Amino acid sequence: MTTVHHDVLPDFVHLAEVRSRLTAALRDADVLPESRLNDLRLVVSEGVTNAIEAHHRCGSDEPIGLTISVTAKKVMVKIVDRGTGFDPDGLTEHPPVTDPKRLEYERGLGVTLMKRMTDICDIASNKSGTTVTLTMLR
Amino acid sequence: MSVIQPTFEVAYQAGWAVMRVSGEVDMATAPKLRQHVVTVTADRPDGLLLDLQRVDFIDSTGLGVLVGAAKRMRVNGGQFRLVCAKQHLLDLFNLTRLDEVFRIFPSLTDAFADIDPTIDWSGAT
Repeated sequence: MTTVHHDVLPDFVHLAEVRSRLTAALRDADVLPESRLNDLRLVVSEGVTNAIEAHHRCGSDEPIGLTISVTAKKVMVKIVDRGTGFDPDGLTEHPPVTDPKRLEYERGLGVTLMKRMTDICDIASNKSGTTVTLTMLR
Repeated sequence: MSVIQPTFEVAYQAGWAVMRVSGEVDMATAPKLRQHVVTVTADRPDGLLLDLQRVDFIDSTGLGVLVGAAKRMRVNGGQFRLVCAKQHLLDLFNLTRLDEVFRIFPSLTDAFADIDPTIDWSGAT
């Protein structure tokens, strides 16, 4: 198993760097097909975005923890923040796309994408922080 | 490592605004795209055509900006279309079912032909 850890400062300007490092590390190792790597790049960016937002809400300048683990059977990315947590099952559901009111909702797709684009999406959240673990099977 | 700032080029033809976007659209850069969309839609064009051919990455924040652009054009009584042929972006539109909200064309040529094939669109390309 290979594990790499990064501390990400809670500023959105670092998102591109996170994606770039993730993509470079996994593409070089040829661990996922290109389409799955694109999916992982997106959901990790979503997870880190949410983590940075959580730190902004509580005024924390601590770094976000980002751990990438690769085994023979899976790629696992863990994102740890020290925000005040949220209820992953209590998010507002968007209206169906056939409803004109869908256009009223510009935010709130991040967690949905994380759940749909990974094989396993685990979100553990409490008032002292959130750990998101995104798993892609190989 | 520096942020890859998106760039924008806007051309006007036959009442339509054609905005070409390039780069990566995420939480850091989406406000800039939103700002351009707000500026362009404030002029109430007949339509807004967003060309995403040079967009390498878009996240949920960026999708939100597109939803906002569609809403602004609808409120103004105008039309809204996208140009996108990149499969990973099309997959994202499909997954979120936004491909049922947006009219998406594989090229500017296809979009122009759909809007009005009798117009000379060379000024917008």
